[in-house]
Amino acid sequence: MAQEQIRPQSSGGGDDAQPEDGFGQVGASNAARDEDIDSVLDEIDGVLESNAEEFVKGFVQKGGQ
Amino acid sequence: MSVRRVMGIETEYGIAVPGQPWANPMAASGEVVTAYARAHGLRAGHGAWDYSDEHPLVDARGFEMPRARAHISQLTDAEDPSLANVVLANGARLYVDHAHPEYSSPEVTSPRDAIVWDRAGELVMREIVARLAQREPGINLYKNNTDGKGASYGTHENYLVSRATPFDRIVSGLTPFFVARQVMCGAGRVGIGQESERDGYQIASRSDFFEAEVGLETTFKRPIINTRDEPHADPDRWRRLHVIIGDANQADVANLVKLGSTSLVLRLIEAGAIDRDLSLLYPVESLKVISHDPTCRASVRLRDGRDLTAVQILTEYLEMATAFVEREGSDPATDEVLHHWERLVGLLAGDPMDAAADIDWVAKLALLQRYRDRDDLAWDDNRLRAIDIQWSDVRPAKGIFHKLEAGGRITRLTSDEDVMAAVATPPADTRAWLRGRIVEAFGPQVISASWDSVVLRLPRAGRVARLSMLDPLAFGREATEALVSAGDIDDLVAALGA
Repeated sequence: MAQEQIRPQSSGGGDDAQPEDGFGQVGASNAARDEDIDSVLDEIDGVLESNAEEFVKGFVQKGGQ
Repeated sequence: MSVRRVMGIETEYGIAVPGQPWANPMAASGEVVTAYARAHGLRAGHGAWDYSDEHPLVDARGFEMPRARAHISQLTDAEDPSLANVVLANGARLYVDHAHPEYSSPEVTSPRDAIVWDRAGELVMREIVARLAQREPGINLYKNNTDGKGASYGTHENYLVSRATPFDRIVSGLTPFFVARQVMCGAGRVGIGQESERDGYQIASRSDFFEAEVGLETTFKRPIINTRDEPHADPDRWRRLHVIIGDANQADVANLVKLGSTSLVLRLIEAGAIDRDLSLLYPVESLKVISHDPTCRASVRLRDGRDLTAVQILTEYLEMATAFVEREGSDPATDEVLHHWERLVGLLAGDPMDAAADIDWVAKLALLQRYRDRDDLAWDDNRLRAIDIQWSDVRPAKGIFHKLEAGGRITRLTSDEDVMAAVATPPADTRAWLRGRIVEAFGPQVISASWDSVVLRLPRAGRVARLSMLDPLAFGREATEALVSAGDIDDLVAALGA
């Protein structure tokens, strides 16, 4: 069976040793964490549907159960 | 005391033809199902499902709705040849439910297996999207439950429950739990109200769509407790509790705790071990109050006059479950569920944002909040709505949840290897084993199948046989694999006495 795994790189010392639990907290003060989160946003920016308005408008579903 | 029982998850996926919002969703869903069936040599006709044991109008409260009074969407046993339907080699059912492709997982016996075979369904859908992408514009699928414009479609859980348990005790024991559990397992949603009439973010995507406390309906006037009584098992011993209140989860921990805590609360109810009254004064309204407050500080009024938060209600249930386990003993599956249940309640009681690695709605909110801060976006901004939808895109390169999980930001309880194996292999300890193995080994001989039967053409005997599998815990690998591997369908059916 699988082991529980949370972000292998969060252990160990050094400047970026901040654990991931606070991910997304508003106004987090840790600069390394901010940089890390911003890199996630950059990555997601790269895959976001290019025309948000059209994409949202086009996602129309019929009701189900 | 154990979380183990027969259970499963059904998920209706959101469906979109890029650039063609007017596309017929029934036809597109049919394409989804047939594309998979074709690629795997499976028979996908509607006749491939055996409806003779389906009774969607039988009510757990002890009566049956007359067919003439039923809404068309409630006649789930009606033949419609235009609807595709297929049994997969892992024992699951892939079909068109109303206007959505649905993956109904095979029956399993633990919450961990439930999330493994639920994730196997995500891989099935992902494969279909990749296949259909070869022809423009393709079809995209989303593991979500609303379009934010008034439509909702379900993720249902099923639990086999002792028939001896009076249904009113299930209703009273389960309702406060169902109202509260969304803080542990909501998928999150941009927009408040069925049609997103108000701007903002809420915890569960389906809470605004529930309008009744108890009822038979699933597509309108949705009830917190659904009374469909169609056990697909010996009706004298079992009822199947059909849970329609809940979101599709992608996060392993939230999904495990959803299934596991619900199974434990059902065990408490079956054992008569609910030792306190947590009845809510206004359950339907409370559901929305809790969902609309991502701080998890809102309280709801109990019938006895107390005001409790969702976390406090869940803590009461957790205390009962823990005490019961201490008295009756435990097992590893139960320990795992209790560990995460307790952990989530602790995180939510502190700063809920600390659960961003474990709970879908928190992970989504954390990301949306970063976008709001960086780009100064209001909740009505289309970029936030777009992220909300794309969050559940099944494609690894597009699905935002998948991006976060692949980046190690989400707690994994399952492994890719286990999930991939579950696409092709049924669970070993239920009748799903025999169903899936027969489809795999004797596909051309299968005329139809259902949860509790397989109808087969016997080449040597020159007749049709209906293999009845009313006991969900029989017909597993140990009992049947040697017969299947021997490769003779006539002998297999004779040995099983059909």
